[in-house]
Amino acid sequence: MADIAAHVPTTRLKLPGGWLLASTLIAALVLTPVIVLIALAMRGSGDVWPHLVKYVLPVALRDTATLLAGVGIVASLLGVGAAWLVTAYRFPGRRMFDWALLLPLAIPTYIMAYASLDLMHPLGPVQGALRALLGIESPADFRLPDIRSMWGAILLFGLVLYPYVYLATRAMFLMQSACVIDVSRTLGAGRLASFFRVALPLARPAVAVGLSLVLMETLNDLGASDILGVRTLTVSIYSTWVNSSSLEGAAQIAIVMLFFVIALVVWERYARRRQRYNTQAQRSRRIAATELSGLGATGAIIACFIPILFGFLLPAGYLLSEAIKGVAFRGLSVRLLTETWHTVLLAATATAVTMLLGLTLAYTTRLVRGPLPPALVRIGSIGYAIPGTVLAVGLLVPLASFDNAVDSVMRSWFGISTGLLLSGTGFALIYAYSVRFLAISAGGAEAGFQKISPSLDGAARNLGETVSGVVRRVHIPLLRPALGGAALLVFVDAMKELPATLLLRPLNFETLATHVYAEASRGTYEDGAVAALLIVLVGLIPVALLARASRLPFAEGARAGEKRPSSV
Amino acid sequence: MNLKRSLVTVALAATSLVPLAAASAAEVNIYTTREPGLIQPILDAYTKETGVKVNSIFVKEGLAERVKTEGANSPADLMIMVDIGNLNDLVDAGITQPIVSKKIDEAVAPHLRAKDDSWIATTLRSRVIYSSKDRVKDAPKTYEELADPKYKGKVCIRAGNHPYNIGLIANMIVKDGEEKTEKFLTDLKANLARKAGGGDRDVARDILAGICDVGIANSYYVGLMRSGKGGEEQLKWGEAINVTLPTFADGKGTHVNVSGVALAKNAPNKDEAIKLVEFFLTPEAQKIFAEGNFEYPVTADAEVNEIVASFGELKPDTTSLAEIAAARKTAAELVDKVGFNN
Repeated sequence: MADIAAHVPTTRLKLPGGWLLASTLIAALVLTPVIVLIALAMRGSGDVWPHLVKYVLPVALRDTATLLAGVGIVASLLGVGAAWLVTAYRFPGRRMFDWALLLPLAIPTYIMAYASLDLMHPLGPVQGALRALLGIESPADFRLPDIRSMWGAILLFGLVLYPYVYLATRAMFLMQSACVIDVSRTLGAGRLASFFRVALPLARPAVAVGLSLVLMETLNDLGASDILGVRTLTVSIYSTWVNSSSLEGAAQIAIVMLFFVIALVVWERYARRRQRYNTQAQRSRRIAATELSGLGATGAIIACFIPILFGFLLPAGYLLSEAIKGVAFRGLSVRLLTETWHTVLLAATATAVTMLLGLTLAYTTRLVRGPLPPALVRIGSIGYAIPGTVLAVGLLVPLASFDNAVDSVMRSWFGISTGLLLSGTGFALIYAYSVRFLAISAGGAEAGFQKISPSLDGAARNLGETVSGVVRRVHIPLLRPALGGAALLVFVDAMKELPATLLLRPLNFETLATHVYAEASRGTYEDGAVAALLIVLVGLIPVALLARASRLPFAEGARAGEKRPSSV
Repeated sequence: MNLKRSLVTVALAATSLVPLAAASAAEVNIYTTREPGLIQPILDAYTKETGVKVNSIFVKEGLAERVKTEGANSPADLMIMVDIGNLNDLVDAGITQPIVSKKIDEAVAPHLRAKDDSWIATTLRSRVIYSSKDRVKDAPKTYEELADPKYKGKVCIRAGNHPYNIGLIANMIVKDGEEKTEKFLTDLKANLARKAGGGDRDVARDILAGICDVGIANSYYVGLMRSGKGGEEQLKWGEAINVTLPTFADGKGTHVNVSGVALAKNAPNKDEAIKLVEFFLTPEAQKIFAEGNFEYPVTADAEVNEIVASFGELKPDTTSLAEIAAARKTAAELVDKVGFNN
């Protein structure tokens, strides 16, 4: 990264100072809740700490590590495998699988967990059908292992989170120079060998990017882990908080968890260190797909269909049938319309803000030399893995203090009470979402920037563009696919976000996610099913856009292949 | 000054998606950890009767932290919560004030109010035993019986650290001490048919499925299942079980917990808020609690729902709620210590 920036002549100008300042501010905004948490943890007398160390942390660390490893393996296998299949082979339905493999993104983990528990319950449809098939009467005589377990959690998380890996890896396969593969083939490597020895190693940075998102999602998840009885660090944070009334103890575990996050971020950074290898291969011919037929084609179809079936069709179908039951039973609530509007409005605003902040962070690394800008990006990314409610508490404290300070000043100077300006308003929510999802936007922008040759910046500047003019007129158009992808991911994630939304939202303000949670937490699934289905449906829109946007390289690559432009 | 004021207004409008209306006389703001579906009917009835608008926000973890950090400017008037421990935490956090009302003092017995009337119980629920109609002839009569080896592999229960179980365990700690309770938990764990988890309704569902024969769960879920409110399937779960009101080994009574309401220290609409609490304790509102969510009313004159009455007469254990709340932390530690959820 630094060596790319070294070629940019703009560091001599004064303007980048402003960018650096902006980036530092953004990192400070992200760090604020973290610092509040550290302060909370320090305030604790530490009386719960011996108990935590002896009984809670060992289990939590073991479960967290097992879950992360398991989900990592499942998501990588599914994501990389599917990406390779749809890019390197042609088989019936490939064009459909190409986008359909993204569908599970629309299913929030907690909804996946609720749906699966019902689907897979011994009295549920799956095991019922199985028993009917085997001629067994009672579930007492035969039942599948309980899904409320570690393996169940690993499978469920893997099934809905693999698209992060798929998306990133697929883009990388599409951009990989076919020449490299061809050379390996010419040198006598088989298809498989060229996958394992050439394509995969080259795609490793992309796999790491996707995987780090998957792992951070897993790490900060509360709903699904709790439902499935997996006692991760996040779950332990909550039970410590709720049962021991110890916010301090909870903050202490949260700090332990931050180490996990930092380790992940560092690892992702490390894995990405060679990404510039790929910058030259941008416009070359894409890998020629091999035609599959017969057994091979059937295998590929099955392999692509399985994650879609279990990660999307089954849970979405379940929601649909529950929603129909619910509507028939109770009718449709008009509140849903308002809630959908709130959800979309919040997610869209959060996406715009988060993208702007991420772009600023990433552009600074391009403009300003030295280790500081990349460090600021890393700092900006840690919010992704802080559990929502913990993050929310970390935000409540500074926001409310600010509000109360402003209020008392305004009262004493002007006799006006300003009340709560920031906390308990949309501002707090947007702030929380931005902190949570900056990792996606900054990561996306950074990866995108790395594919734009720094000589372009120089050329534009020589022709009289200003620093921000270069961004507007050169980078943004070139970055559009990368930024678009990141923006859609932020949108989907913001829409699904539950814990921070729950704690920070204004009075009388419901989103689809809070509605689902309110119903699910008192066990009235059918009432929540319509809202859950709406989350999935609204989530499908960006997923469809994402699929469309990510198909572009196909066309571009194909065209490039025909025309064979020598270089940029 | 006018300019300043309009700047402030602009800032307000810009920063809030839905600007909060300034507190006016005829409004009450509620922060609740009880699901809106449970209390909304009562709030609607109140608005209909009095014209007072009730604003609410449903929050789970962090309600106390939010009210605390909002401080003097907090819009919260009332905080509605389940579980004695949660209500006590509000008092400990210093964000409550006494609810001064003669009507309330007359309606609710002293042991169902905080010492300084910072919170008032609005309903009761008991922790009962579900047992299979088909497979269990002699339903267990005490909680301790479930730890007996004769139920090995036959007991279902939700996660040990769920507040409902923590309350029960804390109650036992107050009665029998830490050591005996730890033994009970260890033995109970050894009897579990499946990993502790799920919800209370899953106990009935898993009994129907033949996974277990007996289990511990809350009283009102039976009403929700058997009344058909939860749909046809849940009706079957509810019909598969018998319900017993157990006692502890000393035979004194059944473990009960409360749901209640606390008055916020900086309540901007204090008078209106107290009127709403008074409304919660009217026969009309108590009836909505009893019929809508199958809870036990707290006022002497109110009637118990039919389904709930069929379990037999509730004789609550006499351990003081304050003592139970104090033992919660130890209870949570015991659950971790014996690895109840592992």
